Amino acid sequence: MSTGELMTPQTSKGTAASKPRRERTRVMGAGKQLHAGPLTYVVLTVFALVSLAPLVWTAIAASRTDRRLAQTPPPLWFGGNLFKNMERAWEEGGLGTAMFNTTFVAATITISTVVFATLAGFAFAKLRFRFSGLLLMLTIGTMMVPPQLAVVPLYLWMADLGWSNQLQTVILPTLCTAFGTFFMRQYLLQALPTELIEAARVDGASSLRVVWHVVFPAARPAMAVLGLLTFVFAWNDFLWPIIALNQENPTVQVALNSLGTGYVPDQAVIMAGALLGTLPLLIAFLLFGKQIVGGIMQGAVKG
Amino acid sequence: MSSSKQALAHAASADAAPGDQPGAAGRAHGRGTPPEPGPDSWRSRLYRWDMKASPYAFIAPFFIVFGAFSLVPLLYTAWYSLHNVQLSNLDGQTWTGLDNYQNLLSSDFFWNALWNTFTIGVISTVPQLLMAIGLAHLLNYKLRGSTVWRVVMLTPYATSVAAATLVFVLLYSWDGGMINWLLEFVGIDPVNWRESDWGSQFAVSSIVIWRWTGYNALIYLAAMQAIPADLYESAAIDGASRWQQFLHVTIPQLRPTILFTVVVSTIGATQLFGEPLLFGGVSGSKGGSEHQYQTLGLYMYDQGWIIGNLGKASAIAWSMFLILLIVAVIQLLVSRRLRKSQ
Repeated sequence: MSTGELMTPQTSKGTAASKPRRERTRVMGAGKQLHAGPLTYVVLTVFALVSLAPLVWTAIAASRTDRRLAQTPPPLWFGGNLFKNMERAWEEGGLGTAMFNTTFVAATITISTVVFATLAGFAFAKLRFRFSGLLLMLTIGTMMVPPQLAVVPLYLWMADLGWSNQLQTVILPTLCTAFGTFFMRQYLLQALPTELIEAARVDGASSLRVVWHVVFPAARPAMAVLGLLTFVFAWNDFLWPIIALNQENPTVQVALNSLGTGYVPDQAVIMAGALLGTLPLLIAFLLFGKQIVGGIMQGAVKG
Repeated sequence: MSSSKQALAHAASADAAPGDQPGAAGRAHGRGTPPEPGPDSWRSRLYRWDMKASPYAFIAPFFIVFGAFSLVPLLYTAWYSLHNVQLSNLDGQTWTGLDNYQNLLSSDFFWNALWNTFTIGVISTVPQLLMAIGLAHLLNYKLRGSTVWRVVMLTPYATSVAAATLVFVLLYSWDGGMINWLLEFVGIDPVNWRESDWGSQFAVSSIVIWRWTGYNALIYLAAMQAIPADLYESAAIDGASRWQQFLHVTIPQLRPTILFTVVVSTIGATQLFGEPLLFGGVSGSKGGSEHQYQTLGLYMYDQGWIIGNLGKASAIAWSMFLILLIVAVIQLLVSRRLRKSQ
């Protein structure tokens, strides 16, 4: 697979003219270059509706009352209780605390993952050192290990440290990820010319200077994308947070889990909670959807 | 580590930013001066030390995090799985050898959970990946607003397991639920999605399918865009129809990506947890009144934190890992055989 093209799946439209091979295929009519027919749009619309309908219906249900939700037929349009239900989810359901906690947790994890993953990715992509191949294999291999393999000891240690219900318990284990490291390595492999590093070296620059003045500027686009992906991941992390935390000091997912297990027995409030807990990410998708899509397509092909 | 490096950075104030004029001297320390040639110079020694140590310093944060919070716990989990560890009495751990594992092998609940994990894994993964390939194929056409379509397909991915499951629970509810209402609309008897065996497994799987189809479609789409166009050209010259091109060019070219998504989905399916937990509501860790959708992940949580037997939970976690490894090896072997047979 030619990696040059994989790097920029997003821009393939724009660069089509500059790539003679792609230009030619448009004439021959293959793959992407074919215009979509009406049937394609119909099928895509069905997929889009199925993707969006549950989210829209969450908002509809969140604007109704518990009693109305128990009746048939289910409501198909908005009612007038959205803000009342959201307020109850915020106060009684603990979503208020949860949103603040999760913002803090996700932001911390995002910043540290992006920095550490860039450093490690740079080392794996451009520096020569003993066992680098083996260590890279190990890094990739760690992605296969289910989180269940770690939670029992982690739980016991956190209990020993008296850390139960404290946010650092869910921050520390995710300060850097194998995915992030691999993602940055793949990007820097091509985006960072080795000559640039060598030139800096000849000038006598130390490694830290090289990182600051050469690596970070070159890595910036990928760092932004990794940041978005990491934020989504951290916001939605489930297994370890529901073991480590409880409703006294919840993250969003912990609060939603509590709602689901009868903490506030009111379906409309539960839906309002689900809506609140998803809203920040939906806004992020609205603003940065293109970058997130590009990041997934980049990261995936190389995985 | 940083103090010596900063000292060095100070000494050699080379600005490596691209586009800088190399001739713009005038800084105090000799810009562009390479490390002294003499082997005894402290600066050159520092420089060489920096060259040697920095790669390890850069990968250290990742490996410290990985070691402390994944590798060491993984080994401890193995250790605990050979002990009797009760949540109510954390200090009274006693060695029990393979008791926990024997206990599992003779437990109907374990085999039930293993089977459920398998069936839900198949029901959720196979249609999901097939639909994702089809969707990617459509997204690969020249579309109006192609970015918008892609973002829309990915929105379920933004929805957390918890939020998605809470909504689907309501959509699938026995009476008043949207799905049964729609079924009645087209003349199909309502299904008891919570209690029935296949109904509940299908419902749980549908949450997974909803959340991940778009994501996988984007992965396939990226791979499709990387297929060299000449392959289609020569196929077209040989008179292959569009469907034949899809079958004989696209699919074979996608094989590494398909293997990748199958492996990733298998890993996800093996540890499936949040969807069945929240689908079950108040007593979610049981996976339904008859344990009809209790997966291995759920069984582990139930044994460890609801019943309070952390030793047994550790044994379940390791069994899960071993099963995953076996399945992954089988998948690799099958894919290798398929490649050879072509």
